[in-house]
Amino acid sequence: MSDVLAVADHRRGELRDVSYEIITAGRQLADETGGDLHLAVISGTVDDFAEKLNREGVDAIHTVSHGEEFNHDVYTQAITQLYDELAPQFVLTPNSVNGLDYAPAVAKALDLPVVTDTVGLETDGDTLVATREMYGGKVETTNELSGEAVATIRGAEWPAAEGTGDASVEAFDADIDEDAVGSTVTGFEEVGGGDVDISEADVLVSVGRGIEEEDNLPLIEELADALDATISSSRPIVDNGWLPKNRQVGQSGKVVTPDVYIAIGISGAVQHVAGMKGSDTIVAINTDPNAPIMDIADYAIHDDLFDVVPALTEEFQ
Amino acid sequence: MKILVTVKEVATVEDEFEIEGTAIADQYLGADLNEWDDYAIEEAVQLQEDGIADEVVTVTIGPEDCEQTIRQALAKGADRAVRIWDDSLEGVDLLDVNAKTEILSAVIEEEDPDLVLTGVQAGDDSFGATGVSVAEHLGYQWGAVVNHLEHDLDDGVASVRRELEGGVEELTDVELPAVLTIQTGINEPRYASLRGIRQAQRKPLDVQGLDDLGVDDSAVDSDLELTDMYEPESESDVTVWEGGAEETAAELGDLLRDKGVAP
Ligand SMILES: Cc1cc2nc3c(=O)[nH]c(=O)nc-3n(C[C@H](O)[C@H](O)[C@H](O)COP(=O)(O)OP(=O)(O)OC[C@H]3O[C@@H](n4cnc5c(N)ncnc54)[C@H](O)[C@@H]3O)c2cc1C
Repeated sequence: MSDVLAVADHRRGELRDVSYEIITAGRQLADETGGDLHLAVISGTVDDFAEKLNREGVDAIHTVSHGEEFNHDVYTQAITQLYDELAPQFVLTPNSVNGLDYAPAVAKALDLPVVTDTVGLETDGDTLVATREMYGGKVETTNELSGEAVATIRGAEWPAAEGTGDASVEAFDADIDEDAVGSTVTGFEEVGGGDVDISEADVLVSVGRGIEEEDNLPLIEELADALDATISSSRPIVDNGWLPKNRQVGQSGKVVTPDVYIAIGISGAVQHVAGMKGSDTIVAINTDPNAPIMDIADYAIHDDLFDVVPALTEEFQ
Repeated sequence: MKILVTVKEVATVEDEFEIEGTAIADQYLGADLNEWDDYAIEEAVQLQEDGIADEVVTVTIGPEDCEQTIRQALAKGADRAVRIWDDSLEGVDLLDVNAKTEILSAVIEEEDPDLVLTGVQAGDDSFGATGVSVAEHLGYQWGAVVNHLEHDLDDGVASVRRELEGGVEELTDVELPAVLTIQTGINEPRYASLRGIRQAQRKPLDVQGLDDLGVDDSAVDSDLELTDMYEPESESDVTVWEGGAEETAAELGDLLRDKGVAP
């Protein structure tokens, strides 16, 4: 019997979607050997969170009331103590930015192996078989870890748990050593504001690293003009300072759902796809027929953007 | 203040490739300085130029082949480099997080830096876990996914911004010594100048084995075994438009008209 301890994610008073998805992932994994699913909710309004998370499949919810916002030292201490108390075989955390700020520390503190960004998990009770990508999604791999392990799960891979559950909710009295807390959150800031809101656009002409140089951007601008569309981009274009932050689509940028999303020279990394997969129709222009973007595209042109984009602009001039 | 930057040479894959066993066949692989590490190096060099750091040391786990990548970091301004390699690392498919942690921690203990900068992740295996794991192992403080660092580390505190999801940044103070995992976009990595490249040839590059570091061979026995690699099954029902650019552009034009979004 392999019990699972899963950890919920929340920020500024709101549970994040992955908190419900991790219930599904944890339930599936626990079911393979008839184990229990424990869910940990740490910091913030834990009782309110526990009520929301009490969905089908959770056996027990453990609340740790300590502070308002995420702090990796508090999380690491609380989870290692819960681990000692509950002795689960697997610890699951979201592969969120905060998940990556504590999961490796939890693994190290407990002297366990860690596998991150998993998209599939199985076990026979002894071994954890984790599926994950490498090389920006070009290949998938399976990885075996024997014994106990920590795994982080990719968001939006498992469906959200639904229904109303009958989990026991227990306050866990974690002994947090304040002296060991070496970092302090002093605030939050929203970035990427400004005059353009790409999430409002009907048609997005989105440009990626395939454009090669800033000097080539007018090609995209001309197309957007001809189509009366809005320009957005993948991250490297913003990192390079070629477009402002408010144009970035993806995990750390904006989530967009236009009628048509034209991805030009964008490979389709998971963090990019997180921001545009809800688009009505996705068109990819990419020289690489194996680029991960092809998995979610409705239409594709496997050709050089420097040929296709001017031809398309011409169509509408 | 001394800064240590972990630098990895990552494998890059050509558009068309084949898999042999649990790896991509050699002839389809290239090598490059890890994108995230490039930003970490730049941040360290800028801290030095701002008079905050006195020394920037890079550390790399890798065979002799990757010295070119290490020289790149030196050409950009790092002072010296440490490269770790050992026969026992030869032929290891995938070095897991714990193995990397053991090795890097041994170097960090020896070097005793005030600040360690790593990339958020390596572009090839994308674990994104080594920096935080090292910090916990050594009792350093840490911050993951840092996209801004205040260049004022006076009172033993690093004021950083952590890039969270959805355009939100967290402002955090981290006590030193600390490990920060650096996100792309934190700065604009420079290109190495010709002078930098020449100087890099003369900068010290010290090679050490696991014995030299006092790391047991067993530390590299991976907890994680790569058992299969395959091209993901495509669930897509993508329509691929064939033909020359004029033809494919016309198809896309028709689609936009059909959808009623063409001007
Ligand atoms: C914590 C974290 C957060 C992140 N957040 C985001 C985010 O919010 N948004 C985001 O986009 N990324 C994000 N990333 C980065 C992401 O992992 C990828 O690195 C990035 O999306 C890659 O951008 P790209 O597709 O433009 O570039 P690449 O992956 O380099 O792809 C370029 C593509 O262009 C194609 N190409 C090249 N030349 C041509 C040509 N002449 N004609 C046609 N096609 C061509 C290539 O085949 C390739 O597919 C994040 C990463 C991390 C770790």
